Amino acid sequence: MSYLVIRDLSARLKGDGTRLLRGVSLTVAAGEVRGLVGESGAGKSMIGRAVLGILPRAVELTGGEIRLGGTDLLALPQAERRRRVGAACALIPQDPMTALNPVRRIGPQITDPLVDILGWDRARAERRAREVLAETRLPDPDRVMRAYPHELSGGQRQRCLIAAAFVAEPKLIVADEPTTALDVTVQKQILRLIAEMQARHGTALLFVTHDLGVVSKVCQSLTVLYAGRVIEDTTVRAFFRAPAHPYSAALLAATPRYTDPEGSLTPVPEAVLAAVRAEVAAADAGVAGAEAARHG
Amino acid sequence: MAEPLFAVRDLRLALPDLGRKPLFGAAPRIEILRGLSFDIARGEVLGIVGGSGSGKSTLGRALLRLIEPTGGTIRFEGTDITRLPESALRPLRARMQIIFQDPMSSLNPRRRVGAIIAGPLRLHGFDRIEARVAEALAHVGLPPALARRFPHELSGGQRQRVGIARAIAPGPRFILCDEIVSGLDVSSQAQVLNLLERLVRDLGLTLAFISHDLSVVRRLCSRVLVLDEGRIAEAAATADLFAAPQAACTRALLDAIPLPDPDQPWA
Repeated sequence: MSYLVIRDLSARLKGDGTRLLRGVSLTVAAGEVRGLVGESGAGKSMIGRAVLGILPRAVELTGGEIRLGGTDLLALPQAERRRRVGAACALIPQDPMTALNPVRRIGPQITDPLVDILGWDRARAERRAREVLAETRLPDPDRVMRAYPHELSGGQRQRCLIAAAFVAEPKLIVADEPTTALDVTVQKQILRLIAEMQARHGTALLFVTHDLGVVSKVCQSLTVLYAGRVIEDTTVRAFFRAPAHPYSAALLAATPRYTDPEGSLTPVPEAVLAAVRAEVAAADAGVAGAEAARHG
Repeated sequence: MAEPLFAVRDLRLALPDLGRKPLFGAAPRIEILRGLSFDIARGEVLGIVGGSGSGKSTLGRALLRLIEPTGGTIRFEGTDITRLPESALRPLRARMQIIFQDPMSSLNPRRRVGAIIAGPLRLHGFDRIEARVAEALAHVGLPPALARRFPHELSGGQRQRVGIARAIAPGPRFILCDEIVSGLDVSSQAQVLNLLERLVRDLGLTLAFISHDLSVVRRLCSRVLVLDEGRIAEAAATADLFAAPQAACTRALLDAIPLPDPDQPWA
């Protein structure tokens, strides 16, 4: 039984009704890392934000289910939904500079949720924060707790955010492009740390990225999106042996591979884009037809 | 032997470390560039790679004299620009341009694309400004109507093309590209790299391409400098560098790249 089950999730812009998610379904089990890939604007971050209930105000969900441990979050009253998500889920954000408050020390930024939301006393929260900072292999957790974000390097700040994500032992973590702002050598350390902590705690991890290289290293399964529609849902093994959809194959051919300079970094061909756009339009027409029939 | 476009000798740059400045007296200095010597030939695409803090962006900025070196010399087209005052640099600036990493923060959000590209042209006293803007847009594959749009109305790939159009509009000899594809998704990356390859060929440009991504460098560059702690750790033709990397830091950079292949050993 999967911990996170998303079924037929749709979303649109409130203003002009632009469709952002088109009947997305996916699952993430405890201990599983699922990659969510696609180009900019495909809706991959939107799905993570919908699960956490932090969608931009201009976006509204128009249908579907988000089940967390069997309970449909969208059927719950707002306060109850927030309480459940707050207790069970966490986010590892993209940019370690803007995600931390620059005028507060690291310690309280990690312990606040434990004290304010879970109601722990401060001493216990601080013990737990030191423990999880040590687990991210930051040297001298006591010093880090007292440091301001600007006193740490980009990689150290990202480790603090990983510690903050794992501090309350969440069942599900959404990682939204957590290494895009880092250089390759730091990226490697951070990805290995996330994978190691996820495996140790058996966390379900939804990993949003546009980099198929990263997916091949940390994920077991992946969902490929185009224009808010699921194009392919498969295992990492099967995908990298032979992508099933021409669009996902083109995305793989666009991914840089220094071992094959001629065969990689190929832009997605116009014909492939035209075909996938037609597929999305046909699915939209099908949905509209079914709705019209229902309303008779 | 033709004169190189850039000749750099024993380039040094140190900045005061304000984090360790005592209450009274001068701050201790950190050396960022520690004696770099290299040439950039005309028509060459030189990759400058290195990890965080290796000095690659500082080197780029020193080449364009956006910061003044503390020692050594930089000659551009035979002119020693190491200590030239800004007034003497101004006429040279049309010939050396830069494309920035983040097009969102390097394009003025309140100006239309046409005005953004026209800016440097006006500054350098060019004539036929509208025609040159249209030409620059055509070179980067954007429709002329885009000149009336604002940056926020464009996609990430289109915005980076506007950054490229602004750089090529004054007809430069040299363009510094500072991590210009690292913020783009993979298919836009591929398109922008193809575009740069074509512009180098059609316009006879010389590029210095700063990146931490060796996959991208391999595709575009003819020669590569690997920087480590402000020194050149390795300088080699691209094919040689990938066939037999010499410096330990080059191998570390290569090993860290996650190839799209679940069987690549990466531990």
